[in-house]
Amino acid sequence: MTTLSDIKSRPIYAGLKVDEYARRHLVAAEGEGARAVIEAFSMAPEALDRTTILYCPGGSAGQDHETALADLAPDLIHVAPSIETLLVRLKGMLNTATMGTRLYATGTEGFIGQVVAAAVGFGVDHHSIFTEHRGSLARRVQCVHCKGMTDNVTATPFTCSHCGLTLFVRDHYSRRLGAFQGVCVDAEEPGVIPPAEELYK
Amino acid sequence: MSGGVEILVRVADIEQATATVRRFTLAPLSGEPLPVYSAGAHVVVTMDDDGHRIRNPYSLISRAQDGSHYRIGVLKTPNSRGGSIYLHEKVCEGDELVITMPVNLFPIVRTGRKHVLVAGGIGVTPIYAMAEELRAASAPYEIHYAMRDASCGAFADELVEMHGDKVRLYRDDAQEVIRVDAILPHQPLGTHLYVCGPEGMIDAILAGGRKAGWPVENLHSERFLAPMGGAPFSVALAKAGITATVRSDQSLLEAIEEAGVDAPYLCRGGACGQCETRVISADGELIHNDHYLSDEEKASGAKIMTCVSRLKGRELVLDL
Ligand SMILES: Cc1cc2nc3c(=O)[nH]c(=O)nc-3n(C[C@H](O)[C@H](O)[C@H](O)COP(=O)(O)OP(=O)(O)OC[C@H]3O[C@@H](n4cnc5c(N)ncnc54)[C@H](O)[C@@H]3O)c2cc1C
Ligand code: FES
Repeated sequence: MTTLSDIKSRPIYAGLKVDEYARRHLVAAEGEGARAVIEAFSMAPEALDRTTILYCPGGSAGQDHETALADLAPDLIHVAPSIETLLVRLKGMLNTATMGTRLYATGTEGFIGQVVAAAVGFGVDHHSIFTEHRGSLARRVQCVHCKGMTDNVTATPFTCSHCGLTLFVRDHYSRRLGAFQGVCVDAEEPGVIPPAEELYK
Repeated sequence: MSGGVEILVRVADIEQATATVRRFTLAPLSGEPLPVYSAGAHVVVTMDDDGHRIRNPYSLISRAQDGSHYRIGVLKTPNSRGGSIYLHEKVCEGDELVITMPVNLFPIVRTGRKHVLVAGGIGVTPIYAMAEELRAASAPYEIHYAMRDASCGAFADELVEMHGDKVRLYRDDAQEVIRVDAILPHQPLGTHLYVCGPEGMIDAILAGGRKAGWPVENLHSERFLAPMGGAPFSVALAKAGITATVRSDQSLLEAIEEAGVDAPYLCRGGACGQCETRVISADGELIHNDHYLSDEEKASGAKIMTCVSRLKGRELVLDL
């Protein structure tokens, strides 16, 4: 069996560190990513008055990370009710941002992938985005048959939340979509489905 | 041949663009269209100066739509060992030259939202081609071109004619300098910068970019690095079983080629990595002049880029 780190197309998350040269810091965080933001930025408090934090509690709802983030006293903090609303806000900011802005993304892999994909659409080189994976190892998977996205996939195979096919999660990551590929597992012999394995928890 | 496929060309036109710059129009001998290339590419020109073979890289300024010619621009370099002097003083219209297939180590990043082109002196050659490619693609861009004085601006008039107010010219004699701190901060996110010119200028622009908080991924440069001279030394090629002397006016790669060994190369300017060669032993100190190997690789002494680097010592044994 291949382990997660063996997957070539799987992105590498080097960890958040504050870019001392950046004139503006734009931070997109989800769930447990809040802890990575607090760790990195409490080491560089001088950066905070030039920092915007967009946060979606997601899977960490109820843990009140948003209060801990607000306690950092960044220039601006916006708590979004969902990843979708956070991304709308982020895209608005990317559209008017100038060079010298460093982008940071932290949280689950699915979240980081969506932030990176949004930024690439504004000409940002994905290598220049500082990322840190926090929280669940759940994957965001696109069904190659109906193109529907299913978030928080923790086992393979799983049932596509859109078309109901049983999908095997391939170790192929699309940076454009910020998602892994799910392929029908019983196409040859319908109904013959291997037992689900919990892999990405 | 180890620079890849070669193309025979005839010098169809020579234009004295300024007192020190000549532009050459090169047409294919075969009559077949010359390959399409992306802006920023260069070719290596092979010259035969009375049996003395010289190979220099030159950036492509333009290609005729129908592929009937390429243009290159060459500065007459003082203290030249031959290449640029040969092109300025010996080459005539109608003469034949050999060029390699175009190689691009300085391409435009197509996903960029905007492009800032910065040129100094003869470094304008790839920038000229990039500006044209961006204009044709209707991509946002601006050009900053620094030159010694008005008589040096061979390309200035044409750039202004083609790109209008997207061009800013700077003249050293009028104390006009490219102000990175003024140009860089207000560019939209996703802008890329490309700089080609003298070493000092490139270093200053790149440092200014980092200071303005630009990620390194958005800063691109090309250096017209030429092999540096140095004390002569001996090179032993272990596989070929040949020992040769690298003269002071010769690069290691040139000495290897002169000894009859077909060693790999692409840029001959210490940038592409093609000529990387394993060092078996070195009796002396390796002088690394390339921009390819990492500092750790240079320190390890296990590899050398034969196109620009050499040995300060007695003998170098290579895995060739
Ligand atoms: C990718 C790339 C693209 C390029 N594009 C262009 C272009 O578009 N136009 C252009 O004009 N040039 C370009 N160049 C530079 C070009 O290839 C040559 O380096 C340049 O023309 C000088 O060549 P030369 O043979 O006349 O001089 P060289 O003999 O190579 O000398 C160059 C310099 O090195 C020093 N030098 C050389 N040998 C010795 C020695 N033994 N002792 C002391 N000093 C020495 C001299 O001071 C001299 O000024 C490019 C280079 C690269 C790498
Ligand atoms: S030939 Fe390109 S680095 Fe030497």
